[in-house]
Amino acid sequence: MRRGLVLQVALVAALAAIVGFLAWNTAHNLESRRIASGFAFLWREAGFEIGERTLFAYSAADSYFRALAVGLANTFRVAAIGILLATVLGTLLGLARLAPNWLLAKLASAYVEVMRNVPLLVQLFFWYAIISEVLPGPREALNPLPGVFLSNRGIAFPLPGSSPELSGFNFTGGASLSPEFAALLVGLVTYTAAFIAEIVRAGILSVPRGQFEAAESLGLGRRDAMRQVILPQALRMIVPPLTSQYLNLTKNSSLAVAIGYPDLVSIANTTINQTGQAIEGIAIIMAVYLTISLSISAFMNWYNRGVALKGLRR
Amino acid sequence: MKRLIPLAAGAALLCAGTAFAQGTLEAVQKKGFVQCGVSTGLAGFSQPDSKGVWKGLDVDVCRAIAAAVFGDATKVRYTPLTAQQRFTALQSGEVDLLARNTTWTVTRDTSLGLNFVGVNFYDGQGFMVPKKLNVKSAKQLKGATVCVQPGTTTELNLSDYFRANGMTFKPVVIEKLEEVTNAYFSGRCDVFTTDVSGLVSVRGSRAPNPNDHVILPEVISKEPLGPAVRHGDDKWFDIVKWSMYAMIEAEEMGLSSKTIDQAGSSKDPAVQRFIGASGDIGKMLGVDNKWAANIVRQIGNYGESFEANLKPLGFERGLNQLWTKGGILYSPPLR
Repeated sequence: MRRGLVLQVALVAALAAIVGFLAWNTAHNLESRRIASGFAFLWREAGFEIGERTLFAYSAADSYFRALAVGLANTFRVAAIGILLATVLGTLLGLARLAPNWLLAKLASAYVEVMRNVPLLVQLFFWYAIISEVLPGPREALNPLPGVFLSNRGIAFPLPGSSPELSGFNFTGGASLSPEFAALLVGLVTYTAAFIAEIVRAGILSVPRGQFEAAESLGLGRRDAMRQVILPQALRMIVPPLTSQYLNLTKNSSLAVAIGYPDLVSIANTTINQTGQAIEGIAIIMAVYLTISLSISAFMNWYNRGVALKGLRR
Repeated sequence: MKRLIPLAAGAALLCAGTAFAQGTLEAVQKKGFVQCGVSTGLAGFSQPDSKGVWKGLDVDVCRAIAAAVFGDATKVRYTPLTAQQRFTALQSGEVDLLARNTTWTVTRDTSLGLNFVGVNFYDGQGFMVPKKLNVKSAKQLKGATVCVQPGTTTELNLSDYFRANGMTFKPVVIEKLEEVTNAYFSGRCDVFTTDVSGLVSVRGSRAPNPNDHVILPEVISKEPLGPAVRHGDDKWFDIVKWSMYAMIEAEEMGLSSKTIDQAGSSKDPAVQRFIGASGDIGKMLGVDNKWAANIVRQIGNYGESFEANLKPLGFERGLNQLWTKGGILYSPPLR
């Protein structure tokens, strides 16, 4: 016991020494090459425009800090909507794989196998190419519904009091979704839904057969049995792995860089390049993703405690 | 995964120590080649040809340094870098120099820890639009969607220009040249902006039909492009700087790859110094005394490099003509 303690203290001390050396060496190297360091750059004028802004107003005259906040908001937007849609689509697909209808079940398994086995980056390029190559330019935009315009500039749709109109190069008025956002969202949702489908299916299959039979003998139909008896029990198996999928989706959203959606990583990369402060920039990216991931985990753990069997806590 | 370069660079800064204790020249001589950071493929400046051999005006700077250091222009290895990766790659020592159509600015010279050695191409930023949009001036671009690469001076000038003219625009920012030009040619953007040289090169080498695209008359910035090295190694800085200037000086003296072997019989003392027959410029730089002759013999002078790499794409000499012939190219004296 005593020896164990000594060893642990020694290990911690050694780790601290290594970290200390790395920090000192980095500072020394930066200094000797006269590369700027510190976080003061965050309050300098960014000078670049950002194509999509949610929550915050932003112009090139604002600071890097604000630019990063806009990037973070864009990450949140795609992650939050993505998680929601992926959960719905994944659950439906998982149920479809178990459906008594042969065709439906086979279609769902084909979907899962294809989506799970093609790299996400490739899928993103695919969706982006479809949107920007196949759809026409804004002057020849498709007009499937009154006030809704579909072009390679994205979807423009009306809001109460203002509807999109072609003026000059693009649509103004109403609201719109950019092709980059659409491609990223579709890619993330369809990819993650395939994994969620498998988790849902595994969760349902883990509920003992007797529960189905008991529900049936109580006279519950298949639909009610699912909703009242099976799913609540299956959730215990589903929630923990589902958390990992939510984390994956959020982290995968950083692939946005490849198709030009201005998420946090994209903005931070530009910031690194303009200021030359790679270590600070990467540190910010890591800290932000760590915070988001830990928050999602904390929330899902809280939710899991709600559905878990009581009295089984260790 | 090239995207990890900033991370790798960070790690290199964390761990690097001894590798930088010796000078870059010694390190280069020891490993036997120059590691040169170039673009991911900009025709005329740095792009591999059909056989995989890198060609271009910037590539010739890399080769000139190899010729000066080793007497052999082939002793170069190339690292293709995107606009975002280039500075961290240089800072961290991944490459010995950057010859990658990079604009010389005060921020980059100071807080990024770089030293630009000079200018090997005088450029300016322009706009390219499809002919069918019928745009005649950049002032008409209000509300346009603009394709641009991140982490460039282009991105900043673009914002400045639209701000100064009270116009709005929507940027589509994509890192790789190939992806961003695809986005433009597929119609995702109304406008593609980069240095005029880049526009000419992209139009000539990547457009499905080059005649469908026009470059607008406005040139909105000064973009002096040149090679850069890290802070803190003056000896290497000197070698890179003078290797580049030797090519310009050679053109001014009328020395070319075809005439350099006869230069020994010249009565001109400046030529004698240049080819290392008299004086000891090479020794002062820390390389072979025939360094400049090697550069011209193996690569040619600046004009030859321009003819071979940029003329076929439709470039004019313009500002990049010698100062004696109406341009602003000017080498400090080699003496």
